[in-house]
Amino acid sequence: MTRPSSEAEYLARMVPPSVRGVDRRTLLRGALGVGALLGAGTLASCGSSSESSSGVPTGAVSGEVTAGSYSSDAVPKAAVQSYMDAFAKANPGTTVKINTVDHNSFQENINNYLQGSPDDVFSWFAGYRMQFFAEKGLVGDISDVWSNMSGMSDAMKKASTGSDGKQYFVPMTNYPWAVFYRKSLWSDKGYEVPKTLDELKTLGAQMQKDGLAPIAFGDKDGWPAMGTFDQLNLRINGYDFHVSLMAGKEDWTDPKVKKVFDTWAGILPLHQADSLGRTWQEAAQSLQQKKSGMYVLGSFLAQQFEKGAEQDDLDFFTFPEVDSTIGTDAIEAPIDGWMMSARPKNEAASKKLLQYISQPEAQLLALKADPSVIATNSNADTSGYTALQKKSAEFIKSAKSISQFMDRDTRPDFASTVMIPALQNFIKNPKDIDGLCTSIQAQKKSIFGS
Amino acid sequence: MASKRRYKGIDQLSKRDKVVVSLMVIVPTLLVLWLVWFPAVGTVLLSFTNWDGIGPLSGIKPVGLQNYIDIATIYPPFWPAMQHNLIWLAVLFFIATPLGVLFAVLVDRGVAGTRFYQSSIYLPVVLSLALVGFIWQLIYSRDQGLLNAITGGTTDWYGDPDVNLWAVLVAASWRHAGYIMLLYLAGLKGVDPSLREAAKIDGASETTTFFRVILPVMRPINIIVIVVTFIESLRAFDIVWVINKGRNGLELISALVTQNVVGEASRIGFGSALATIMLLISSVLVIIYLRIAMKED
Repeated sequence: MTRPSSEAEYLARMVPPSVRGVDRRTLLRGALGVGALLGAGTLASCGSSSESSSGVPTGAVSGEVTAGSYSSDAVPKAAVQSYMDAFAKANPGTTVKINTVDHNSFQENINNYLQGSPDDVFSWFAGYRMQFFAEKGLVGDISDVWSNMSGMSDAMKKASTGSDGKQYFVPMTNYPWAVFYRKSLWSDKGYEVPKTLDELKTLGAQMQKDGLAPIAFGDKDGWPAMGTFDQLNLRINGYDFHVSLMAGKEDWTDPKVKKVFDTWAGILPLHQADSLGRTWQEAAQSLQQKKSGMYVLGSFLAQQFEKGAEQDDLDFFTFPEVDSTIGTDAIEAPIDGWMMSARPKNEAASKKLLQYISQPEAQLLALKADPSVIATNSNADTSGYTALQKKSAEFIKSAKSISQFMDRDTRPDFASTVMIPALQNFIKNPKDIDGLCTSIQAQKKSIFGS
Repeated sequence: MASKRRYKGIDQLSKRDKVVVSLMVIVPTLLVLWLVWFPAVGTVLLSFTNWDGIGPLSGIKPVGLQNYIDIATIYPPFWPAMQHNLIWLAVLFFIATPLGVLFAVLVDRGVAGTRFYQSSIYLPVVLSLALVGFIWQLIYSRDQGLLNAITGGTTDWYGDPDVNLWAVLVAASWRHAGYIMLLYLAGLKGVDPSLREAAKIDGASETTTFFRVILPVMRPINIIVIVVTFIESLRAFDIVWVINKGRNGLELISALVTQNVVGEASRIGFGSALATIMLLISSVLVIIYLRIAMKED
């Protein structure tokens, strides 16, 4: 069978001759509602709109969609299952086959996966990594899905756009990076949320007097320190410089970068000692056990806290201001979502599925399973949110610019083979900043130049 | 009656035999070519490119020796990795292997509870190094580990780059000694008891018997043990990978290759250059081994 040359042709084919005479608009109106309520049987649901200018079928789709998911832990896995099931239920005749792969393996094998025979849709992150695959032609253009997507902010759209101006990604959930602390501990000791770096230092000194490790820190896996670097760079040099630095356009020996490391060296004594042997989970537990005062991490650290009262005791504030001309309006909030492979077997149903994923219904199903993240669709009903989720949503909404995370904002080879060892070296030896920056710059030139 | 049937070369074989013989030669040769030489040569060739693992082979750009120059000059983990591989080799060779041999001799002499010792020393060998890394994590963890809990110390066993290599080597040796013990024990059981009796009658002490009689007789086993030690220290990988992906004091060449090639990084060209360096080092050891083995024949 030949491939239809356009989406409209494809859809036209799906309409049996017996229905072609029916007024499609009337049927369309019905089909636009929740598909599950349709109950009109296959004939009615086949009355899809062939005159729709977008490529997304507004009517029914059929067949099997395969979905590659990295959500391998029990809880997120169940979440994926629940919204995929909901999609299949809303679209009779459609089934979703989920291929779950262990998170790390999925991430490490992504290049081979996309070049082999990938699933129709697959879970991924926004940012440079997403754009990289788009540039290489390994993922499918889904601009038409975006053309009639409701509830997505411009920031979300920007984060889903490749360097060619087309959209390749559908956001599902995101979560903020910030400074987390336990409300009960802070009210006991009378600590105040620091607004500036100096206040943070004063607070840190007070916590040390009180026998606490001021800032919990664990960098055994190498990536958590990237978060601290990002926060400092966003506060010291601002969002634009940060993005440009991550894109390889700036010189790492620039005094601006050195200032980031200098500032970090100034607060490094406030961090938990011996961080290179500690996992982020262990560091989060020290916060939970009230052995440390605060922790710069993503909100997923709530996973180390018991659901209920203990999680409610968790609160956060944005990383304090360092330079008043830069302010604190840039934050880090990585977005997780879905993409379509370059040549999906069932394009119509894949696009419909992606559109479904962008909508509040699917996103709220995902949150039910993992309450440490929030929905990316601004129409999502937040009444069921925990206090932490509500605050996260507010926090992200009020931010002027949002970065992803170092390993999502720059080339993966640069992040993993250069920055992880470099940041670990810095933590070991915070004195040799010049040597460190020169080394990073030399490697950056070699990697980005090739 | 003198036999007239002298071997006249391959012509003497029946047609069927010829087919069988050629199949027996060709199939393994092809397998070796395909599974060993093709990837090895491919790796060496790729090491002169900057391929990122994406796109057709025609998109590969040759960069000459750039990868090798980068490795030697601007890639900080490389020289520590070389050093760590050498330390690894030295520790296994001078400590773990002799320890394994000692265990074997003691067990062979029949200390009370031999079977118990034998199985408990051998137990770690059954576990994968990845699991060994995890078990020791429970012991070494700074905040929650057994060792610091007992001693009350705060040594960061896995995180402090001055300490962690040695901590890991303890774990690796723990396993390696058991392996060597088993190999050696098998050899010792095969030694003709009359040799020992003869030595005893001649008035040789236990030590003399071992070094003058048993050890020379065990030459084939000794060579195997040495080769196993070399191989184990060159391919050491899984334990450091499990602990911290071979970073921060635990760099090993094999871990660097994996970091660059396997993960999302996909610096195939650069990683291949590292792999080629590893190949060269192994070849040196293989050549030395072959020379020893040939001499024996």
